[in-house]
Amino acid sequence: MIATLNSLPSRLAADRDRAFPDLVHALQDGVYSGALQFTRNGHDAQDVTQETFIRAYRALGSYDPERISDLNLRPWIWTIALNLCRNRARSASRRPEAALAEDRAEAGPGPEAQAIADAEVNEWRVRLSTLSGPQRTAVVLHHVVGLPYSEIAASTGRTESTTRSDVRRGLARLRTLIEEENR
Amino acid sequence: MIQEDIMTGKLAALSRPAPDGVIERILIRTGLADEYTLIEGPIGSAYVAWSDRGITAFVPAAAVGPRSAFEARHARKATYVLAPPPRLARHLDRAVATGRLGRLPIDLSSLSDFQREVLRKCAEIPPGEIRPYGWIAREIGNPGAVRAVGTALGRNPVPVLIPCHRVVRTDGRIGSYAYGSSMKRDLLEHEGLDSAAIEATARRGVRLVGSDTTGIFCFPTCRNAKRITDAHRAEFRSEEEAMAGGYRACKVCRPAA
Repeated sequence: MIATLNSLPSRLAADRDRAFPDLVHALQDGVYSGALQFTRNGHDAQDVTQETFIRAYRALGSYDPERISDLNLRPWIWTIALNLCRNRARSASRRPEAALAEDRAEAGPGPEAQAIADAEVNEWRVRLSTLSGPQRTAVVLHHVVGLPYSEIAASTGRTESTTRSDVRRGLARLRTLIEEENR
Repeated sequence: MIQEDIMTGKLAALSRPAPDGVIERILIRTGLADEYTLIEGPIGSAYVAWSDRGITAFVPAAAVGPRSAFEARHARKATYVLAPPPRLARHLDRAVATGRLGRLPIDLSSLSDFQREVLRKCAEIPPGEIRPYGWIAREIGNPGAVRAVGTALGRNPVPVLIPCHRVVRTDGRIGSYAYGSSMKRDLLEHEGLDSAAIEATARRGVRLVGSDTTGIFCFPTCRNAKRITDAHRAEFRSEEEAMAGGYRACKVCRPAA
């Protein structure tokens, strides 16, 4: 996958339409996994994932090849995704009932194991929501999605050292939280 | 005290694959993949594919066979669905019923400017009428490009909808068609044209007809030409002959420059 990502900017610059599906393949799981934590449910996460890549595709159409070749794709995609997650959180806070209804209507793609796994996702979403915005973003991008600090910093516009301390403080907060839960 | 690596291990285990179908929907909405279905066309069923920009393909089912064969020959990834989105379905039904594009969007983004121009011009030809290849070449301001017009029409991704069957040879013969000249004849007959009679007229050397009451000459299938009664009908081999007789070109079918 890393090999794919490295060659993608030049391939996108040469032929956007041909290379674009590979960009989606390479990054869709990461975007979806992060969006699961940044939005209310799987339905929203799926929407955000789709919308992220659709916007990315349109943006690529307005960039010249040189700019595309220089793109750091993963942080670039995450800048778009984080923005969409924030917008969604804002509008969701205005209509909380709809969110609950969607949660219930959300069709898990199959067996019980999936439901248990999603319970895990939901449980951590609640814990992570008690963190500050930057801490939650940094913890999820680093530990769930697997982005290095430098790429998180590039996505959020914060410095790398701030990002490191965001992650450290976020983890400390989570630990306290879990210890309180276990008491 | 919880160990940090246990906690980070649990966070890493929260990663989930994107659900099935996400990439398909992204590719459809960016116009990189299509959906398609089977509809009842004017002369038999046809596969119709579309992107978010409009119809991308129209293929007579008889010419390709099963769905798998259509998917294999289609230029992009195509996913079968039961029906087009409602708005597209409405315009598609109307286009098939009337023989006119109307507001049906067609995605010609993969074609060259020249091909697009040729096809747009072709789409102006009303049902039940025919025009020679040379007419399109002249109308798009490229009178020498008759052969290129033929090639562009031969690669029409949406035949029937963009009516390349209404474009015939300059000598009046019906000419070739991507799905065989007999299908071209069937389509013209379906629109009320008598292909045998058209070719018989052409064999007599008649290219244009005029009315001696109006002094206007037309292509033989122009709606104005169809109103000329036998007693007032004049026949011409060329626009020069018609003009020499004092006739002027019809402003609807524009048979001369």
